[in-house]
Amino acid sequence: MATREVKPNDPMIDPATGEFRVIAQGQTFRSITEKIARIVLTPHTPMGWFGLFTVAGGVAVVLLTAMTWLFLVGVGIWGITQPVAWGFAIINFVWWIGIGHAGTLISAILLLFKQGWRNAISRFAEAMTIFAVACAGMFPLIHVGRPWLAYWMLPLPFTMTVWPQFRSPLVWDVFAVSTYATISVVFWYIGMVPDLATLRDRSQSKIAQYFYGMLSVGWRGSVRHWMRYETASLLLAGLATPLVLSVHTVISFDFAVAVLPGWHTTIFPPYFVAGAIYSGFAMVLTLAIPLRKFYHLESLVTERHIDNMGKVMLATGFIVAYGYAMEAFMSWYSASHWEAFMFWNRVWGPMGWSYWVLITCNLAIPLTTLWSRKLRTSIPFMFFISIVVNTGMWFERFVIVVTSLYHDFLPSSWGTYRATKWDYMTFVGTLGFFTFLFLLFVRFLPMIPMNEIRMLLPGAKIKPKVAEAAD
Amino acid sequence: MPAREGTYGLLAEFDTPSDLVRAARQARQDGWRRMECYTPYPVEEAAEAIGFHRNKVPLLTLIGGLMGGAAMFALETWISVLAYPLNIGGRPTYSWPAFIVPAYEWTILWAGLSAAFGMLALNGLPSLYHPLFNAPNFRDGATTDKFFLCLEALDPKFDLAETKAYLAQFQPNSVVEVEY
Repeated sequence: MATREVKPNDPMIDPATGEFRVIAQGQTFRSITEKIARIVLTPHTPMGWFGLFTVAGGVAVVLLTAMTWLFLVGVGIWGITQPVAWGFAIINFVWWIGIGHAGTLISAILLLFKQGWRNAISRFAEAMTIFAVACAGMFPLIHVGRPWLAYWMLPLPFTMTVWPQFRSPLVWDVFAVSTYATISVVFWYIGMVPDLATLRDRSQSKIAQYFYGMLSVGWRGSVRHWMRYETASLLLAGLATPLVLSVHTVISFDFAVAVLPGWHTTIFPPYFVAGAIYSGFAMVLTLAIPLRKFYHLESLVTERHIDNMGKVMLATGFIVAYGYAMEAFMSWYSASHWEAFMFWNRVWGPMGWSYWVLITCNLAIPLTTLWSRKLRTSIPFMFFISIVVNTGMWFERFVIVVTSLYHDFLPSSWGTYRATKWDYMTFVGTLGFFTFLFLLFVRFLPMIPMNEIRMLLPGAKIKPKVAEAAD
Repeated sequence: MPAREGTYGLLAEFDTPSDLVRAARQARQDGWRRMECYTPYPVEEAAEAIGFHRNKVPLLTLIGGLMGGAAMFALETWISVLAYPLNIGGRPTYSWPAFIVPAYEWTILWAGLSAAFGMLALNGLPSLYHPLFNAPNFRDGATTDKFFLCLEALDPKFDLAETKAYLAQFQPNSVVEVEY
């Protein structure tokens, strides 16, 4: 149906399927290798990169400032107090880690489903995961107040002979997030080894040859190595899939296991995971759209990718919508006075504006427009949508954390929440830090997996002898 | 450990994976065993052609995962029951359903680490030196767009002149002698 809207002679459309091409026509093994390797190996770093790097670095310094003051003075500089004791730190933690989920989804789940189109975007989506988890991981550590004692969360034999309490979801979180960070880094690095070998072999400078030579651990493309490598990649994908689903589930347990109205609900795990993927794909778009433009990668990251990511967002957006609907329904169906009040207060209370921002950004704008193929393939529109959904998902966590806490059981203890400048500096600072890391990645590591792209090219087909004789 | 002097083998370069697979299949049929293919991306048919069908990565992953999960579950049980028993709302000290979550995460953690590092170890990596890097055309092609078949000198059938002629029948771009 949707295919009829597009011109039949469009070179970006594959006439056989009517779909957008995953890779533009006329690319060879050497041309795609050159295209991707040049970004890293060029001696001329684009000026725009330096400009962005300076800005991102400057914003990362804001984070450093906020952290320094925090370590000197304590968490009292933040807006957290009773009754809202979980403020920006937890909101940002959940938001950042959710963003990471799309990277794992693209690299692991879509690999298992043999979705060839994922190849071009998988590497930088994985990098996004790692940097997002790095930003996320900071927040619980600084939120505990005495970050230098954070190692108390681990089961280590201290002289105090105190051990963690394994019935608490907060301890589960330690294991879920640390495993997620470790496996993401391993998956990302292993996936990069053959491409690092390509860079080693293509680089002209001695320093680059040593650098990529060490990182590529002597990879030489032996087919025996490749077969073990493929098995390991598949297994890692198979392991990362239940892992990514479990991480946001465990994070939702931080809320759902508590008895607080607004948190104590069984819909949280699936709704958190879907929300994580929703915001993660939005972030992939936020990064991919400027990147493909800046580095002229339109032939590798095509409209097909943008279109497909729009579809995934549409699907996960509806799961999230179902989650919101169920929350509303359960507050009525539970017949619990406290649940009903909490929900009424969330929507119409003094901080109800945040709920309406959430509904506008997560449901009203994306779920009405992403149906249209024309809009899904309009690059400026998709960039706009990605920003809208990222904002909406941040507000979702704000609504869950703040509006469940600020009017609790006793009206005498009701309060409000107002973030301080240190809260904002920390949040904005992590955005700068994330961009800073991402820019370093784009400059020094291959951002598109060359070895996987090669497999998508027509030259990679093994032709039987008979067919060859015919040409 | 083979002697580190003399000839390592003969390296034939091809332009397409199909040519490589055909040559490798024929060489295997003619009785060659010490041989290896080098490709810029995984070519399953080439591995089949040189008789490499199965590998031990899945077994290592399984063992790693089971050990990781069991270790964490045992640690949780020991801490909660013996080392530091806590009464949390009257729940039993051995509250195993709660222990599943960290044990699950550690199963994945150690299975993943075993898969990744087991793969590298089975491949004999890291090894920054390899005789093939001495071949003049290897580094330009093997990780970009060329397909190589190497017949190694350790094979009893190997003879420098004869093997060179044998490889020429597959019409490669070039046949190069690789020194240690």
